[in-house]
Amino acid sequence: MSPVALYTPEASPELTQLLDLGGHIWKRIVTENDVVDLEPEEGWAGAIIQLGEDPERGWAIIRALRRKDVPTEPVMLLIKGNQLHELQLRDELFDDFCLDPFHPKELEARLTHLFASELDISISDLIEYGPLVINLETYEAVVEGQPLDLTYMEYELLRFLAVAPGRVFTREILLNRVWGYEYYGGARTVDVHVRRLRAKLGEENANLIQTVRSVGYRFGKSRWQ
Amino acid sequence: MERPQDYVLRRVEERGIRIVRLWFTDVQGQLKSFAISPAELESAFEDGMVFDGSSIDGFSRIREEDMLARPDPTTFELMRWGNNDENAARMFCDIQRADGTPFPGDSRHVLRRVMEQARVKGYTFFAAPEMEYFLFEENRKGSPIPLDRGSYFDLTTADIASDIRRHTLSSLEAMGISVEYSFHEDAPSQHEIDLRYTDALMMADNVMTFRLIVREIALEHGVHATFMPKPLAGEQGSGMHTHLSLFRDGKNAFYDPNSPDGLSETAKHFVAGLLHHAREITAVTNQLVNSYKRLITGYEAPVNVSWARSNRAALIRIPTPRAGSGEDATRIEYRAPDPACNPYLAFAVILAAGMKGIEMGYELPLEAPPSMTGYTEHGGLIDQDQLPQSLSEALDEMEKSELVAETLGEHLFGWFLRNKRLEWAEYKTQVTPFELDRYYSSL
Repeated sequence: MSPVALYTPEASPELTQLLDLGGHIWKRIVTENDVVDLEPEEGWAGAIIQLGEDPERGWAIIRALRRKDVPTEPVMLLIKGNQLHELQLRDELFDDFCLDPFHPKELEARLTHLFASELDISISDLIEYGPLVINLETYEAVVEGQPLDLTYMEYELLRFLAVAPGRVFTREILLNRVWGYEYYGGARTVDVHVRRLRAKLGEENANLIQTVRSVGYRFGKSRWQ
Repeated sequence: MERPQDYVLRRVEERGIRIVRLWFTDVQGQLKSFAISPAELESAFEDGMVFDGSSIDGFSRIREEDMLARPDPTTFELMRWGNNDENAARMFCDIQRADGTPFPGDSRHVLRRVMEQARVKGYTFFAAPEMEYFLFEENRKGSPIPLDRGSYFDLTTADIASDIRRHTLSSLEAMGISVEYSFHEDAPSQHEIDLRYTDALMMADNVMTFRLIVREIALEHGVHATFMPKPLAGEQGSGMHTHLSLFRDGKNAFYDPNSPDGLSETAKHFVAGLLHHAREITAVTNQLVNSYKRLITGYEAPVNVSWARSNRAALIRIPTPRAGSGEDATRIEYRAPDPACNPYLAFAVILAAGMKGIEMGYELPLEAPPSMTGYTEHGGLIDQDQLPQSLSEALDEMEKSELVAETLGEHLFGWFLRNKRLEWAEYKTQVTPFELDRYYSSL
């Protein structure tokens, strides 16, 4: 999971503590340039910006976050009660705000709400089934703790199967959904890749992909067993 | 960045890959490779890697021409064998002209185009070659000294190469190349590894990888592996018998449960097409002077243009599947190719010849008799054509062939003929040991 960008011109241990307790991963930025320089490879998961005594610096950082190819969102703004006029005509720069000093319970609730959609994705980014773990975000497939070195199509086939354990897919469906209809290899390509996948999964785990006679393939146990 | 490219970039980072090898093939089927660092990978995907085509056989016209190597991300594979401990990975490349159009000298492109033409007609083409090769003592003279006197299916201490073979097999599996059988062949020091079928393009890539792995692992064990078609006079040569299947809508197009022999009309037309064009495509499937030393009577190599169910001297064998396994096992075996061929071009002309048979509805000739009866004294069948007897004859046949010209494209067709004529001309200037033995002292 990638971190949120955190800008706090004023020391605020309560804020970082609240974030840590709430399970938010954060990375501190200090200047406008840090937005790009410190950006994690997967991009910022969002930003929490404290305007503090010098609002212009805070706004500059937010503008930097928003003008990237993929604008960073959501942005949570912490703003003092006497600065509320700053919000006028800047609706597009933030997604929610909270008065600073904040009430921990309120901020926590707002953050949870704001990042809820992001959290959902990061939970389902991981497929786990028995000894197999697939990280959809990093394309990493691990079996019994050992990384699998798969070709792209092997990975795509494994991912497609593992998303729906117990479900039986015909070769034609797998071909259309994983390779796309125009692939010249035809439905037997699926057999070839299943064979290669099983070899790479190793003898112990080859049966994660089951052949369903005269139908197709199934990942994991049948739902009726 | 598209998803397959993104996948490769992430794998390179996560697995700490330090070298990415970009592979492609020259017209003669020699593997060419250049290495790039992971930092260059993204631009290699986006813009291709520029190289000077004039240094590659069959790529240049007369002047220099800049070309682009475009890595195919779906072929990205870690190089996990032998001494490749440098964290290297490889990808096959498609070759383009500087303007981004496919380069007609790229044999991978030729095969892809022929397979695409078949796909449009509803067919997908699968191949499973039996790769034969010899292991010899490494020596400076370049003369072949066998390691053993083992023979077919031997599993004794005589088979001192079994370590090498085990090592080779595990390396192949690690590269995703599945093996069906592996055994000691008839001749001393000869080995055979049968690959499990894949679509023909993936298989041609596999053959390229296979030849490199076999040679590199032999070298690590201090021996020399060769895919030369006939390294030892008086012993069997190395072939690349290739099992062929055609699928339509995921079903075996060669199988018809309602036909008495289990063979569909499609299969019969395909075989007829291959037989009809066999002489024209032989220069491609057997491209060396030495290839024709293998295609002689008495060594289980095909000589005549014929098909049979059980006669192993026939050019095309149609194995009889076990009862009930027709859907899975019906296939044909084309026995001419040798392992020194360019697999992309060989599969391309084989498919094109078979598809021509389907398109034109060629009639299947009579089956060759199971025994030697009916053969002429030269080993050919009465009333049946023989395969070309020399590279020169094969080139004459190819030059007359519309089918091969169309399949390879004018650029490759012309280059191939010129280059191979030159090889033949050089061969003709040689005075061989045979001549010295035979004539020197007595004349």
